[in-house]
Amino acid sequence: MFSHGFMSFAAIGITVACLLIMGTFSLVAVNANQNLKDLQKENAILAFVSDDLTDEQAQALHSQLSVVDNVSDCTFVSRQQARDEYVQKYDEDDLYSDLEAGIFRNRYVLHLTDPDQMKGTIEAVRGVSGIEKVRADEDISNGFVTLRNIASVISIALITILFVVSVFIISNTIKLTTFDRRDEIAIMKMVGATNGFIRWPFVFEGLLFGFCGAAVAFGLQWLLYEAVARGIANSDTLQLVSVVPFGNIWAPVAGVFAAAGIVIGVGGSLTAIRKFLQV
Amino acid sequence: MIRFTDVIKTYDNGTEALKGISFSIEDGEFVFLVGPSGSGKSTIIKLLTGEIIPNDGRIMANGFSLSNIGEWQIPYMRRTIGTIFQDFRLIGKKTVYDNLSLAMRAVDAAPREVKNRIPYVLELVGLENKMNRYPDELSGGEQQRVAIARALVNNPATIVADEPTGNLDPGRSLEIMTLLERINALGTTVLVVTHEKELVNRLGKRIIMIDEGKVVSDGLGSYEV
Repeated sequence: MFSHGFMSFAAIGITVACLLIMGTFSLVAVNANQNLKDLQKENAILAFVSDDLTDEQAQALHSQLSVVDNVSDCTFVSRQQARDEYVQKYDEDDLYSDLEAGIFRNRYVLHLTDPDQMKGTIEAVRGVSGIEKVRADEDISNGFVTLRNIASVISIALITILFVVSVFIISNTIKLTTFDRRDEIAIMKMVGATNGFIRWPFVFEGLLFGFCGAAVAFGLQWLLYEAVARGIANSDTLQLVSVVPFGNIWAPVAGVFAAAGIVIGVGGSLTAIRKFLQV
Repeated sequence: MIRFTDVIKTYDNGTEALKGISFSIEDGEFVFLVGPSGSGKSTIIKLLTGEIIPNDGRIMANGFSLSNIGEWQIPYMRRTIGTIFQDFRLIGKKTVYDNLSLAMRAVDAAPREVKNRIPYVLELVGLENKMNRYPDELSGGEQQRVAIARALVNNPATIVADEPTGNLDPGRSLEIMTLLERINALGTTVLVVTHEKELVNRLGKRIIMIDEGKVVSDGLGSYEV
């Protein structure tokens, strides 16, 4: 075991590279998703009620808006509440203290279940009689959805390629070990050893390669993630982006790394040994 | 018991190795399988060890039907046959003891059984004092005796020896044949493939002669070419 130093190093190294790239893209996707969710919470659709409707009629629209597809919650905001929020948000110098509520419109704040379907939901809300105007920051939301989708597609493509490459390299490493021991394998077959008995040490070797690769990759991923998170936190231009603390996600990341490393290692071993068992 | 019934074997390249061969070997028999090169002897050994399967006919060996044996059954069938080769096929990096131990561990023998059985088998082949030697520290005859010990160590019903004396001088060849005869006397069926006319004639055992994929003679007698 580990008798071919360079190839063992290569096998573990490629597993580390595979898992690190896979992990990086997956974590980008996780963070994009998280930011999208945060944005979803903040980036609600505002549906302004027509001035022609009385306050009571405006409030009565709640039942129609709350049943629109993809609307997760619907909150009525009166003219007075809208005015108070505005003043609280912008009146640093007490300039708006005498602002009248009448210049604001009654409105609904709508949150969505799936931000991907924002466009369709806006159309549906516009169709509700009594709603005069709908406002939503579609571009920002779409940007996040696009980023997440790109990250997902790149992740899947890279993971697939690197997974196959890792299995191939581990398989070749174990083939060298197997080649060295071909006489031993032939004798074991001759005296009646089962394939499972012969296979086990090689599978164990592959499992160790995969597990070592996973452990190293996890450590590097942790360091890389913390460095990027610190960089984002210290950046003036990326203040809007929030990063999920590694402490919150280390367990699933470790689990996925270990599982992927083991699958790569064991898969490589099984591929390598298959030819030598056909005696 | 080994029984070949109308066995035909044609290789993928079109070579007709066996053309409807039939013979049987009863439990406890000592049989020589002789014939010129390319007559089909090695094909018979390969069929017996499950390396290849026949195109037609039936082969029974120690209770297994080799004509339609399942892949999972082959290891268990091989445990009933100890095989010896001309080139010994010992692991050079392992001691005599470890070579035998590998053969026993390969069939899941318990450590205690390994420890007890190996000295007994080495004593049987006269190598009890060479347990910790490596193969290249032994003579050709001694290496072949280690190979015989390895074939015996799992207590098979049959020993198949493919040209076991091919690499040995006449004196050592006789020693090996005498050893196989002694093993046969203990109840193990022995099938020896050989070209050594003098040895065959000297032992006076049953001889099956093969030529061009057919049995040309079968019985006690002398081997004449």
